[in-house]
Amino acid sequence: MVTLDQIATQREEAEQDGSAPVLTVEDVHKSFGSQNVLNGITLTVKRGETHAVLGRSGTGKSVLLRLVVGLEKPDSGLVRIHGQDIAGLALDQLGEIRKKMGFLFQHAALYDSLTVEQNVAFPLQHHKKEMSRPEKAARVRELLAEVGMEGDFAKMPSDISGGMQKRVGLARALALEPDILLLDEPTAGLDPISAAEIDDLVLKLQQEHHMASIVVTHDLHSAKTIANRLALLNQGKVVIEGDFEELQKSDIEFVREFLRHS
Amino acid sequence: MSPGVSSAKGLISEFLEWFGDLGIFFWQVIRAAVTPPFEFRELFRQLDEIGSKSLPLVALAGAATGVVLSLEARYSLTRFGAKSLLPAAIVFSVIHETGPIITGLVVSGRAGAGIGAELASMKVTEQIDAIEASAVNPYRLLAATRIVACILMLPLLTLAADFCGLLMGWVTQALVEPVSLHQFINAGFNGASFNDFLPPTFKTMVFGLIIGLVACFQGMRTQGGAAGVGRAATSSVVLSSLFVILADVVLVKLIIIFFP
Repeated sequence: MVTLDQIATQREEAEQDGSAPVLTVEDVHKSFGSQNVLNGITLTVKRGETHAVLGRSGTGKSVLLRLVVGLEKPDSGLVRIHGQDIAGLALDQLGEIRKKMGFLFQHAALYDSLTVEQNVAFPLQHHKKEMSRPEKAARVRELLAEVGMEGDFAKMPSDISGGMQKRVGLARALALEPDILLLDEPTAGLDPISAAEIDDLVLKLQQEHHMASIVVTHDLHSAKTIANRLALLNQGKVVIEGDFEELQKSDIEFVREFLRHS
Repeated sequence: MSPGVSSAKGLISEFLEWFGDLGIFFWQVIRAAVTPPFEFRELFRQLDEIGSKSLPLVALAGAATGVVLSLEARYSLTRFGAKSLLPAAIVFSVIHETGPIITGLVVSGRAGAGIGAELASMKVTEQIDAIEASAVNPYRLLAATRIVACILMLPLLTLAADFCGLLMGWVTQALVEPVSLHQFINAGFNGASFNDFLPPTFKTMVFGLIIGLVACFQGMRTQGGAAGVGRAATSSVVLSSLFVILADVVLVKLIIIFFP
């Protein structure tokens, strides 16, 4: 007889070799009042894969990420993380799953009463009780160095630029060594040089950590740089999914129009 | 249906919905507060924020109340030939009612607005979502710590308000007609028992619960940017002050029944 532990081990092995998805979104619908935001989205992301979700503003891209991390609940459909449906989980149970996820918010959402160093240390303070204070400090320095922010430990979030805030947000998202990384508009509002730097950073982190990632963006250039697969959303549905060449070859009018204006 | 009736029905349903949401919020806070991990560091920070930083204002309000009470009571009691009851009138007024209610209202103004605005600002800038996404329970970290701090600090602040009120009541009286502090205290507390002192002081824990709960609830459900933050701060003060006054009515009656 196969035990639950054996099933979990088999699943983990399948996720490691890339044959099973780490994250699955199945026919998810979500509306706010009378406004339908997502109309049956299906998406799977495997380990080491970066999935870019593109689309016009207001098409539910950020809502999709919020559903994946459990900040919103779907009206119908399933969101599975490591095979587990997260709908209906209590906040503390969901917390165990969230420890495996890193989330970079669109405006970084750094804690404005904490320094850069304290922001990155926040997840460690709460979830790595076994780590000593010097170990935590070393880990924070390592993370900040990884995102190129080694000299700004003591600064407050309000004293650093938008691009730097995103770097710190990224360091915080990586603090618990997640196996799923969710990035909400990582280059939005940044100048082209800072945006390219963030793209390079995300690409480097992906290559080093082999996480399953979803990047929500309306920046096609950024998506092309960092993602293996792209999904284009329109009116709450995936219009097309594939690599960049597949998007280019598509004769769907909306896809052609999106590419023409990007 | 006339527009007036329909708008009244809308208001009632909105009010009931608000209470329902507040009840659900309170339940989530209780569940988070009684299960580990406990956020002691944040609790101590909030004890300092709500307690020691409200102390000067509470002390000043208490002192001013003592002066006013002393002046008013002196005038009234002299008119009715009961001047000898002046110390007792001041002591009983301060410890029974003015100390606790003044403390409740001052804290709801200072700490209630602060909590409401801080949490609202965190909400609209997605900081509360970021806390939740970091697998930290925001009800435990943000709400439970602030509510518990309010509950614990209110009685202590009330003691400070009582002390300053009585002290300034004596000073005011001594300036008009020399009387020693010893005489004033003896005359004031003559016939007083613990039932006169403890229930009114501990009832402020209920005020603390109301202030913390309403301010956290209004802050954490905010929507709509800077305007939303302003609305949350204002509504935190208005609602918590209103509920403190209403709760006081009920608590005074209960204290009279159970601690005659």
